[in-house]
Amino acid sequence: MNDLRRLPVTVIPPLALEGVGFTHRGQTLLHPLDLRLEGCHRTLVMGPNGAGKSLLMRLAHGLLAPTRGRVSWEGRPPRQAMVFQRPVLLKRSALANLTYALAINGTPRRRRKALAREALERFGLAALEKRPARVLSGGEQQRLALARAWLAEPEVLFLDEPTAALDPAAIQAVEAAVRDFHRRGTRILMTTHNLQQAHRLADDIVLLFGGRLVEHSPAERFFADPQTPEGRAFIRGELVW
Amino acid sequence: MKTAGLTLVAIGLTGLSLGASAQDETPFITLASTTSTEASGLFDAIIPQFTEDTGIDVRVVAVGTGQAFEIARRGDADSLLVHDTVGEERFVEAGYGTERADVMVNDFVLIGPGGDPAGISEAESVAEALSRIAEAEAPFASRGDDSGTNRAELRLWDAAGVEPGGEWYRELGSGMGPTLNTAAGMDAYVMSDRATWVAFDNRQDLALLFEGDEALFNQYGSILISEERHPHLKHDLAEQWHAWLLSEEGQQAIADFTVKGQQLFFPNARSD
Amino acid sequence: MSDDANAFQTALALILGRDPDLIGIVALSLQVSLSAVLIAALIALPLGAALALWRFPGRGAVIVILNALMGLPPVVAGLAVYLLLSRAGPLGEFGLLFTPGAMVIAQVILVLPIIAALTRQQVEELHGDYREQLTSMGVTLARRIPTLLWDARFGLTTVMLAGFGRASAEVGAVMIVGGNIDGVTRVMTTAIVLETSKGNLPLALGLGIVLLGLVALVNAAAHLVGETARRRLG
Repeated sequence: MNDLRRLPVTVIPPLALEGVGFTHRGQTLLHPLDLRLEGCHRTLVMGPNGAGKSLLMRLAHGLLAPTRGRVSWEGRPPRQAMVFQRPVLLKRSALANLTYALAINGTPRRRRKALAREALERFGLAALEKRPARVLSGGEQQRLALARAWLAEPEVLFLDEPTAALDPAAIQAVEAAVRDFHRRGTRILMTTHNLQQAHRLADDIVLLFGGRLVEHSPAERFFADPQTPEGRAFIRGELVW
Repeated sequence: MKTAGLTLVAIGLTGLSLGASAQDETPFITLASTTSTEASGLFDAIIPQFTEDTGIDVRVVAVGTGQAFEIARRGDADSLLVHDTVGEERFVEAGYGTERADVMVNDFVLIGPGGDPAGISEAESVAEALSRIAEAEAPFASRGDDSGTNRAELRLWDAAGVEPGGEWYRELGSGMGPTLNTAAGMDAYVMSDRATWVAFDNRQDLALLFEGDEALFNQYGSILISEERHPHLKHDLAEQWHAWLLSEEGQQAIADFTVKGQQLFFPNARSD
Repeated sequence: MSDDANAFQTALALILGRDPDLIGIVALSLQVSLSAVLIAALIALPLGAALALWRFPGRGAVIVILNALMGLPPVVAGLAVYLLLSRAGPLGEFGLLFTPGAMVIAQVILVLPIIAALTRQQVEELHGDYREQLTSMGVTLARRIPTLLWDARFGLTTVMLAGFGRASAEVGAVMIVGGNIDGVTRVMTTAIVLETSKGNLPLALGLGIVLLGLVALVNAAAHLVGETARRRLG
């Protein structure tokens, strides 16, 4: 874990959401909002269930197109990866899940196995390389999903409630991984409804409430002195999902 | 897993090539003929002798007479052996065939439930027998498939002055064997060629009730198919088959064929 | 009925007797139907997967037609192939009529819609789970076809078996395009029809039992391979 090779230092293109909103079957799930993410920050998106956190992630990552406004990278689109709450793994061995990801991003065949094993090692899965990914425990599956994202060498990593279904030990492993990604030079955009986790990881906080962006501020300030009534209620634990 | 897949693909490809490779070995002709001839076992008896004499194999496609004519018309068979003299002559006249020759005869027989409710076994002629069936409105199973046997049956009804129809007359649209199977199941009268009847095992209560009228005479003819219309056919080989059927060896082979001790086909090629 | 017991005895005698004619018929049946399934699969698997992934105008109509073709009567398929391969037909030149090749072609036509339609359904379901992940990884639609086919492999084995079942059980098509020629195009089902028409019901039924056993063997083999793979790969 210590031989962390930083990604080549380049400027990660800023991500701009301008007037982005989303309506589905006449229901507004996300009201128009502006958001700009830049640098190598860890941004945690918080808010109660149904606030629109997952939707915001998918819009930012490009899995969904907004029904209003514009999502754009200033400059080239960066390398990205996403880790979901329920990891979607292929019905293959743990190792094959990783070599597949390497094949997709164009890694030459002869280098794939070695790189995949290295990633398995990093995420504590070396002993499980031959196991079918689908029979791994929840924590192991999430680590495998992180290993897969690791191999994509993302400049921006999206994580959607990656620890929601995990036990404390597994949560710790995921958080350690997020720190590693960050130290390697990856910008993080992650949703959580866990206040402690946000405390531990965030550089800045985006607070969503009822499909609206109510606050976006540096973590220190957010936790010390929230600017909005919703922010204050959230910190007091009155707005937990 | 991958090697297993490749093996399967290989099997598949040999399957396709099988059609081609089998063709290259012995020369053969395709003969369109009737199910009754095939089911009797006649071909199993005489074709090996022909093959031994000439080195030519005969592949028999046994279908109804109507379909056999159609196959020959489209140029899908090298030779034709059927039993519908009127149809055969029309086939030659229309220019599809160049020569037609009598090969052999067998005869039709009337089959029915052992109890013979219509009393056809006492009839003097086939016309009378059929009239009795119609009068008694006893179930009668007809092939109803435009085959040679079906056409012969309809001509016999016509000659008897009966227009078959109604509840008791059942057109099955099946070959001879299935028709016999059905007749056995519903205790119906049925007209069959003798060959199929003798070879037929699933008789249940059925019995041979009427035979011997000359009107039941069933002539088989061999036809040479027009080279002009279908130049791609194996006319040389087909001619050898045609000639062999009419030759002394061929005629003897037909006469020698018996089922359960009975001779079924009587060679009658004119030797001129 | 003594016929039934008789049929089992006949079936047993057929198997134990290793009659070369019967072995030829069994081998040809397997060869024709397996070839048909494999050729159909080579086309239908990617086709079904593509249909599951691509949205295009008229897609619904294509799916409806494909599903309807699953019920295509074998005789109709046989007749169509007959007209195609007949000397008077467009492909008459090749002289394929009344050969095993013609039977394979007819069965491919029967099996292809089944494999394609069921593959479409299975792949579409699986893709529902995978879509976001694959999109996130930047996997192109074309690249998703092999990915999803491989991941749906256990379900697809059953699909292929359904195809094999249809191919090996049908008689209408192979009868017309093969001609049931003794030693050349006679397969299990056409032999059963012939024996039935001879009124030789015990032999016909005996052959039927042998055919059933054969299909069961192929299914068991596929099941075994599938289970082993499933245990190893999840």
